[in-house]
Amino acid sequence: MMKKLSNWFSGGGYSFVVLAAVILVVFPLALDAFRLNLVGKYLTYGFVAVGLVMLWGWGGVLSLGQGVFFGLGGYAMAMFLKLEASSPENTAIQSTPGIPDFMDWNQLTELPFWWEPFNHLPFALIAVVAVPMLLAFIIGFAMFKRRVGGVYFAIITQAVALILTVLIIGQQGYTGGVNGITDLRTMLGWDIREDGAKLVLYFVNAVLLLGVIALCRWVQVSKLGTLLLAMRDKEDRVRFSGYDVSMFKVFVFCLAAGISAIGGAMFTLQVGFMSPSFVGIVPSIEMVIFAAVGGRMSLVGAVYGALLVNFGKTYFSESFPDLWLFLMAALFIGVTMAFPNGLAGVWEKYVVPRLRGKARERQPDTPPSPPSTALPTKPAPSGDLPKGISSQSA
Amino acid sequence: MEYSLSDMYNIALMQGFAGLSLFAVLLLMGLGLAIIFGQMGVINMAHGEFMTIGAYTIYLFSTLTESFAPGLMNAYFPVAIVFAFFIAFAVGWLVEWGLIRHLYARPLDTLLATWGLSLGMQQIFRSTFGPKEVSPTLPDWLMGSWMPTEGVDIPINGMFVLALTILVTGGVLLALYKSRWGLRVRATVSNRTMANATGINTKKTDRVTFAIGCGIAGVAGAAFTTIGSTGPTSGSLYIVDAFLVVTFGGAASLWGTVVSAFGIAQTQSITEFFLSGSMAKVLTLLTIVTILMLRPQGLFAAKVRR
Repeated sequence: MMKKLSNWFSGGGYSFVVLAAVILVVFPLALDAFRLNLVGKYLTYGFVAVGLVMLWGWGGVLSLGQGVFFGLGGYAMAMFLKLEASSPENTAIQSTPGIPDFMDWNQLTELPFWWEPFNHLPFALIAVVAVPMLLAFIIGFAMFKRRVGGVYFAIITQAVALILTVLIIGQQGYTGGVNGITDLRTMLGWDIREDGAKLVLYFVNAVLLLGVIALCRWVQVSKLGTLLLAMRDKEDRVRFSGYDVSMFKVFVFCLAAGISAIGGAMFTLQVGFMSPSFVGIVPSIEMVIFAAVGGRMSLVGAVYGALLVNFGKTYFSESFPDLWLFLMAALFIGVTMAFPNGLAGVWEKYVVPRLRGKARERQPDTPPSPPSTALPTKPAPSGDLPKGISSQSA
Repeated sequence: MEYSLSDMYNIALMQGFAGLSLFAVLLLMGLGLAIIFGQMGVINMAHGEFMTIGAYTIYLFSTLTESFAPGLMNAYFPVAIVFAFFIAFAVGWLVEWGLIRHLYARPLDTLLATWGLSLGMQQIFRSTFGPKEVSPTLPDWLMGSWMPTEGVDIPINGMFVLALTILVTGGVLLALYKSRWGLRVRATVSNRTMANATGINTKKTDRVTFAIGCGIAGVAGAAFTTIGSTGPTSGSLYIVDAFLVVTFGGAASLWGTVVSAFGIAQTQSITEFFLSGSMAKVLTLLTIVTILMLRPQGLFAAKVRR
């Protein structure tokens, strides 16, 4: 137990504490309500990025459809909120009161049966996580059992993202179409649009995110995490050792889907709407870049990646709209070519050794610090391992 | 509304042709990718932007011809298509040199890097040609339609794209299976180290192959200007379709690409007749994804030991 705890800390515990301090103390003190809400929105992308660290960095499987799970979680939440916002009193001017306004506009006269259960919050909360995970299980089971991976998996997840967007946009009467589900007001009578509510939601979001990171870190230091890494690097050897490799992949895919869905639900709560523009291919790939910029091996780094890219996006697209896409392009190309492990990789490679060197100069008698993690850290043999990926950063 | 028997026949004929021209479009989109992704294994997310290069080339030629040599309006189109190929070829050559060759060992990273590339290219298009969609002025012989009998109406631009597709596909098949270049490509693809050992310059082969794939994308984009307009983000509309065509057919098989383009196009246009456009698309995509889950290597898997 103690050993596990020390592993946990040496493998990123301090950066976890720093992150907690930054999002729980520094941001709320330094930013006004509007900016803080914006950060909260970025942090919901942090969920997806953390899921991608598990799936892509540790599991070695790249999904280009995480927006699907983010969106499904967000839509499940939005459906509950929308039903609450369209009580018969609120919608008295409609030709059919009691159903969401977009259904009324699309000549629907009664609530579709699959909307009914979303009248209940417990159902909606379970659906937020259960529906995306179920979809992930079906896709994952079908694909990984047949040993489809890598590129093919990426393309299929992309197709799923396309299907869902076309479906949402096409079925306007049931989904709100391009506009999505808008005008969400209260949650069990609690007005989510007020500044006070936004502050509460920000903290709920931040704590949930930290909890998710802790959960993922726990998976990483467990035997399962070691197996995931081993599987990523030498899948066949793990299979020949008697492990069911495909089920590990299914597990990690479902985990990432569930985490992304929580992010989506929190997004809906904080932003007040959900639309297909957060589901499709482009947002899904952007989510991958959050993880890539932060560092695909680092849970904490992924959150910084999401924050940094989104801050950059907001800032540059306000000030230099033309430059933004070039900058984003440079970021994609530069990070993948020069820093495959993202910011966390840069930190590990250039900053940490220097800090250690300084510390050693001051106290020449102390022995060199122990290796930073208990996981096997052999140097990547050239060729079969993705360049520069080590199991060091976390 | 009542349809007479001959009406039904005519509708079926025109619907069939609509499916055929969709087939031509899908196949043209997929061909370049079948070389780059199918043969080389490089995931080029900027493929759509190479098509857009071709489309803008046609637009550029049409505007230039219109203002400087209006008399040549009937002749500029074929010349522009050739230029579309070579411009996309040149850009592809540069991209391989600057980007792709460093990432051959990391296919998933090519995906990210080329996605970045596609964003950059979109912004270049937007800065150069403006955010609005543009269409070239087409020569007269491409306009109108052909009416073999009363009630049947077959658009000439559709036939043109179909003919061009057959020409390009035939060319690629011949080049890949009957030429020295094709032999070198196939050798490099199936065993890079061994190909290198036998004296094939695999680096050069890779570069030329990638550039040819991009050039074909340029021709595809050029052909699409006869059907629709071009905007900075047109390319991103095609990319998933193109990848699905190639994957569905079985990545390493060119014939598979042809068959899958045909199958997808016919499914799409038949379901479109009964359902709304978006639901037809959903149904087609769902079918493809389901079949891909059952047959992950695509319809025609290459029998290679890995």
